[in-house]
This record gives sequence, structure tokens and C-alpha cells, in this order.
Amino acid sequence: MTDGPRIIGRDQLARLVEVLTARGYAVVAPTVRAGAVVLDEVVGADDLPWGVGDVQDAGTYRLRERDDEAVFGQAAAVRAVKPVLFPADELIWRGHRSGTDFAVTDREGSPQRPVAFLGVRDCDLRALARHDEVLAGRAFADTRYQRRRAGTFLAAVTCAEPGGTCFCTSMGGGPHPENGYDLALTELLDPHRFVVEVGSDTGADVLAELDSEPAGAQDLAAVHDVVAHATESMGRSMDTEGLRDLLYASAESPVWDEVGNRCLTCMNCTMVCPTCFCTTVEDVSALGSADAERRRVWDSCFSEEFAHIHGGSLRTEVRSRYRQWITHKLAAWQDQFGSLGCVGCGRCITWCPVGIDITAEAAKLRAAAPLTVGGAR
Amino acid sequence: MTATLDRPVAPDAMAPARYRIGRTRQDTRDTFTIELEPVDGPMLRYRAGQFTMLDAFGVGEVPISISGDPTRPGPLEHTIRDVGAVTHALIAAPRGAVLGVRGPFGTSWDVADGMGGDVVLVAGGIGLAPLRPALLEIVRHRDRYNRVVLLYGARTPEDILFGDELRSWAHDHGIVVEVTVDNGQHAWRGKVGLVTNLVPRAGFDPHSTLALVCGPEVMMRSAAQALVARGVPGDRVRLSLERSMKCGVGLCGHCQLRDLFVCVDGPVLGYDRLAPLLSVREL
Repeated sequence: MTDGPRIIGRDQLARLVEVLTARGYAVVAPTVRAGAVVLDEVVGADDLPWGVGDVQDAGTYRLRERDDEAVFGQAAAVRAVKPVLFPADELIWRGHRSGTDFAVTDREGSPQRPVAFLGVRDCDLRALARHDEVLAGRAFADTRYQRRRAGTFLAAVTCAEPGGTCFCTSMGGGPHPENGYDLALTELLDPHRFVVEVGSDTGADVLAELDSEPAGAQDLAAVHDVVAHATESMGRSMDTEGLRDLLYASAESPVWDEVGNRCLTCMNCTMVCPTCFCTTVEDVSALGSADAERRRVWDSCFSEEFAHIHGGSLRTEVRSRYRQWITHKLAAWQDQFGSLGCVGCGRCITWCPVGIDITAEAAKLRAAAPLTVGGAR
Repeated sequence: MTATLDRPVAPDAMAPARYRIGRTRQDTRDTFTIELEPVDGPMLRYRAGQFTMLDAFGVGEVPISISGDPTRPGPLEHTIRDVGAVTHALIAAPRGAVLGVRGPFGTSWDVADGMGGDVVLVAGGIGLAPLRPALLEIVRHRDRYNRVVLLYGARTPEDILFGDELRSWAHDHGIVVEVTVDNGQHAWRGKVGLVTNLVPRAGFDPHSTLALVCGPEVMMRSAAQALVARGVPGDRVRLSLERSMKCGVGLCGHCQLRDLFVCVDGPVLGYDRLAPLLSVREL
């Protein structure tokens, strides 16, 4: 097989799910659950959201019927890779008490099948690269994430129709998957087909099991058009020039009071954010049982408890918590990991019940900042 | 795939090692020092200023600074104030009971940086406990340091920690120990007032001084300001920060202070780095 892009027909998507399943993967792909598109385990191509579109704006998410049969014709799914590779609730260890002694009896939980993702967008690929760095790229690693991640297969897709809250092109990404995938699909209509690019040896092996033919110049031109159209269709944008210095210099900005008055501290933004990684631990023991579990669960810097030490919370005010969140995403992350902690997926805007918009808040900070800070004004 | 994923899976830093309580000593009304011996493996090695995550089975886990002597073999010591469910379970556990220990984690006082000069230690309340390993390290190599001054503030005379050792450090090891209390009723004949007020007149040469400060954050901030006002360079003033910590290894995110993960970048940090951060309310 040549390394160039190839074409598969619409029917080969079902074959792709079969091939991945036969290779032992749990296949996780876009599917409709409770009125929203999520990435979840599917058993066949019928589970995919054929002809389903979405409408996203600040505080708004609706499914809509498309006037075509496109299967990947949505913007960012509510949940994608993060909850699968970095579960919201996970066993760290289980122990058994005997008298005043105890022993750790389990550190693994139940074994899981490796996961093959189908339909991952570039925003989530880049979020995954952030998690690889945060959770598996430093002195101490989240060993469960590391193991799960190492066996993961990624079939990405080009994001043909970004939503009203998307701004990935501002954050260094774009509609077309650039790296970190095994296969990358671009959906083309009339006739319905997919251009497939190979990103790894495993990807090549999987593609070899499908009926494919080399992509022609027309196919590649169509891919180019899809990407160009999507690039022009971002609903939002963010000026990243000098963001780090801008945020640091804005620590006492009046903008925090205003956004702090609107924020409900519901934590939706941190739950849907694909890069947010903060967790806490919970000890679970049943009354009368000698067994206890330590579990790692997602946490949020929007809770007052998050920064609690003896004597009280270090961030009692909502303004302080919003400042912590956005400053971490857009500024401190750059010092910690050399990249932006925001990939521009827009989920925090869509799923905020009061429609707080990270791009708008960053713009307000810039407008309110002293002239010497933050580059372009 | 990214290069980080090719790394071998590291040992799990979240699983505790078992340690058995040898002795629990009551230091004050609400503060206890527990001595631990390893059950499963060798005694952990630590540097002065580091902390561990101490686990009371089924109750929870808390970060506690090690208060023992890093230069000598012996039980692992933690001095714990009884302020919550986990700390209460830790100090109430009987002799022979087994606790979980993870660590040691975090940065050290690196007190050896003060060799050849003066060392000033400023402690407030339970903040003396994380400084004790640094003091013991100095005592062990006393001749390598010039003047050593300990300024210690407690709430009341009954809250003074390590009373016998304070006397021994003063009488046997040539350390200037000045103790002050907030509330000096009863038979107290010593100083009354804030420990930070002792800084301006304490006998040390600011330009050759390494200062180590541990206590409530408001006290550390004013102590650091007083030290810098005396002429101690900001990078020679070290503070040990307290933050919420659930993992101790930089993964849970709770302890973040702007770009710092206090559990791995700290807890001991230079005041030159901290000053702009601690001056912003609720950062």
C-alpha cells in the first residue's frame, strides 16, 4: 500500500468499526445520547449520528436534522476523549483493615479493553497532547492514564462544520487533524465517501483491512475546500498576543468582579473542558465493612472547597475562582507546560448556563488593561 | 504518538507504604508527635522541609511536614495538630497501629546554603515543626554556621512546642532562641507580641544571612518583609507554604499558586518568587 491518502466508501465505516472491534478495541465514536452528541462506545456504524447536526452558541446546544446524510456533521461533542482515558471517578487503591493494621489489596480495578476512538477532532487531539504532558510527561505520572493511553487507537476526522462557539484556529489548531492520530478521515459528500490519511503503522494496518483506493486530485481538492470553508466558519476568536503577561497584569482587574457576579460556580466549564485535569480523592467505606477504597474523582477550581486549608478556603470569592481558572488556562499553563491550556473547542461557552464566554472575557481584560501590557491593542 | 508515551510506566506514587506507630508523644494541648517505623520496606530518606501524605485507613490522607532529624537514623517523626477528622484519627491511633505514608515530597529548606554565614529561623505556632529538621541539621554541623537565631511565636505559653529542645539548642548549641507569645497571662515572664516584631532587633548580619520562615501565611509575609527591610536578599528568605494538597505529586492541581505547583515546586520557596504572588488577595 502506498502512503498517500486513500478513499473509502460510506459502507466502509461499518467495516472500520468491525475491524477495530475484531482487533480487541472498544470502539468509542460520536453517538446521540440524551439529546446531545457524545463520544461513547458503539457496536456498529448504525450507532453513529448520520444526518444529525447541532447548533451551539453561548449557553445554547440543540441538535438539528441535517439536509444531508453527513455522519460527522457536528461541532465538538459534549464529551469526547477525556472521560474515557481520564475517568471522572476511578479507583486508586482498595484496602482491607484487620484490627489496627491494613493491607492494600487492589491497585488496578477491573481490566479494561483498549479503546479505539473514531471521530476525534483536532481540538481534542491537541487536548489529548496536553494531557499526555500533564499526566504522563512529568516526574510523577498518573499511571492509570499512562497505561490506558498507551493502548489507544485514534481515528480522527476533519471538522467540516465548526460551531458558533469554536475558535480552534485562534489557539494554534484548525479543522484538519495535523498529528497524533493513527488515521484521519475527511468526510466528502456527493458521492458520500471519506479521504483517509495514515498517521501510524497501526493505522496503515487497519486501513489495509478496508476496501480503499488511492485518492484522486479531485478528492484532495475537495478536502482542501472543506478545510478552507471550516477555517472561515469559526464562531469565535481570541487574540493570543501577549496573553500570559496580560492575564498576570490583570490580577486586580475590575473585570473579575463583573464576571464573578454572573458565574454560578456550577463547574460545567471545567467538566466539559478537555484539558482541565484537577482531581480530588474520596475515601469510600461502607459502614460495618473492613474494606475501604481511595478514589480519584474530577474536581473543579470553581468550588470553594477546592482551595481549602485549615482555617478556611483560600478563594472565598467567585471572582477569585474565575480568575484562577482563566489565568491557569491562558497564562500559567504556558509557564508550566510551554503551551496554552485552551484548545479553542468552545465547550465551556456552550455549556455555561449563563453563557460566560472565555473569548469575550479575555477581550474585556485586554480592553481594560494598561496600554503597556498584552501586545496588540 | 507523542514522545512522552514511550516512557515506561512509573511506579504508582498514589499507593501508600505501611508504617507502624512506635510512640505518640503529646507536645501540647492539641499537638502530638508520632514516631513511625516502616512495615514493608526500608525507612524513607528525606531532606529537611519535605512532607509526606499521611493516611488514616478509611478516613483520609493529609499532607504533614516531617519534623524529625534527617541526619540520624531513627523513627520517622511527624508533629501533628489535632484540627480535623484525619489529623484526629492519626493522633488517636494506638501504639502498634499501622498508617499509610506516601513521599517524601517537595522541596527542602536546603539549610546547607547558609553555611559560613548566619541563619535566622522564624517560626509561628505549628510552623516550628517543619523547621525542626533544619535546626537539627544545623545542630549536627553547628561549627559550619556563624550566628544562628530562632525567633518563635506561640499563642500562649502552653502552646510552646519542643520546650526542652529549645533550651538545649540555646544552652548546648549556641543558638539564640527568642520566644514570644500572643497571650502571656499566667506566670509567663517572657516576651509578649508578634514574632515578626523580633526581626528588626535580632542579632544577625543581613548580608550573610539565610532566613527560613514557617507559620501562618500572614505572619510569613510580614516576617519576610521585615527580613528584606533589614537587608536580607529576597532569594535568601525562604518560606514554606501551606496549600490544599490531594496528591503531593503535582497531578491533582489543588495547590496551584499561579504557575507553581506548591507540592513539587514547594513547599519551600524563595520570597523573591513569592512576594508578587502573596501580595494579591485570594490568588
